[in-house]
Amino acid sequence: MSKYYVNKFLFTVDRDPEYLKRYTEDPRNFVATWEQSIGPRLNDAEMSTVHSFTEAEREALINHDYVALFEMGAHFFLNLTIFIGIYDAPYMEKHGPLAFQKEFAAKLQHWAGKEYPSVAT
Amino acid sequence: MAQLVATLASTHHPFYLKATTMPREQQMPQAPEWKRKIEAYRETLTRTKPDILVMIGSDHFHQIFLDNCPQFLIGKAPRYDATFYNEEREFGIPKYVLEGDEAMSGFMHQHLMDQDFDFAFSNELKIDHSIICPIITVRPDADLPVVPIYTNIFAPPLPSPRRFYNLGRAIRKAIDAYPSDKRIAAIGTGHLSLELGGPRQFMETGPDPEFDRQAIEWLRSGDIEAILANVDHESMAKSGNATHGFLNFILMLGVAGPEAADYVDNLDLFHTMEAYFTWYAKEDAA
Ligand SMILES: [Fe+2]
Repeated sequence: MSKYYVNKFLFTVDRDPEYLKRYTEDPRNFVATWEQSIGPRLNDAEMSTVHSFTEAEREALINHDYVALFEMGAHFFLNLTIFIGIYDAPYMEKHGPLAFQKEFAAKLQHWAGKEYPSVAT
Repeated sequence: MAQLVATLASTHHPFYLKATTMPREQQMPQAPEWKRKIEAYRETLTRTKPDILVMIGSDHFHQIFLDNCPQFLIGKAPRYDATFYNEEREFGIPKYVLEGDEAMSGFMHQHLMDQDFDFAFSNELKIDHSIICPIITVRPDADLPVVPIYTNIFAPPLPSPRRFYNLGRAIRKAIDAYPSDKRIAAIGTGHLSLELGGPRQFMETGPDPEFDRQAIEWLRSGDIEAILANVDHESMAKSGNATHGFLNFILMLGVAGPEAADYVDNLDLFHTMEAYFTWYAKEDAA
């Protein structure tokens, strides 16, 4: 398990309009590309060999599965922001303001009143 | 010596600008009241005629990430770009460039180190909405130099509430000791109870209205003992997974000193309680 690497995915993609577009339109291919050439980048010259996804993490990212990501301890801020970036506008158009945010909360109701999975890395 | 003329502590709702500038017929019903409250709050700063702003906020994974994550960091740069692409996208916050004050940043850094706060620093810091939101609300002309200070309220383990308070006290000492005739205002932002990316997000109120009410009373009376007796990381998590932003309010009370606030206002908005506090420096508070 690499919470750090899941967070690195969410962090690097949310902050880059081009990556976000590709992750929105074709998540399976984009996650593969990310694992191959974006995730391992430490800086412009150096590659890191340290982290990789588990199969469950990879699937959760491919499926935009924010419930699974929450349950794995992905950071709540990154996990929310990126999917707002993808779903807020289309949900707004169909169902009005905050519709996506409210659906997100509803899908996590089984965690209400419980201690959430730790986001510590 | 420099004079601390005002200490401001507030929430930083990133949608304030958008909510109050969109076409009137699309605005939420509370928008005019929100704007009135912000303009009244702004006046508590304006009337003190500050020359430099010491800004306390917390990067929300914009420049700072988990590969290199400081607990406390001070900016030391001639100027600061502000607002990241994803903040523009999500909140509609425009880009800004704020002037820095390298002399004061350097002095503060050394003084805080001398008080055993081993700060990280950045010579190229792009600041996010935790510092730009208060610029938008209380200094919208963005015409004053800033000394930015970031705290970690996001990536556990976090420093203790007492450490945040003591850091506020140390920042106050550093401001008071700055050899300058400048008028300084300290402005910090955080959250009351808040949930992001969890089951209690975006409800009609914040996730813990009882905590919000209590927190406002503690800050109104400057009751640091009650805060430290009742608030820890676990209790904050129970009040909402992003409630740790309250630590910045504790820090600001440290800057002001354990004194009753001179100005207190709040506004119950969808999914958060907004709160606005100002302390004016008293001679013996330092
Ligand atoms: Fe925030």
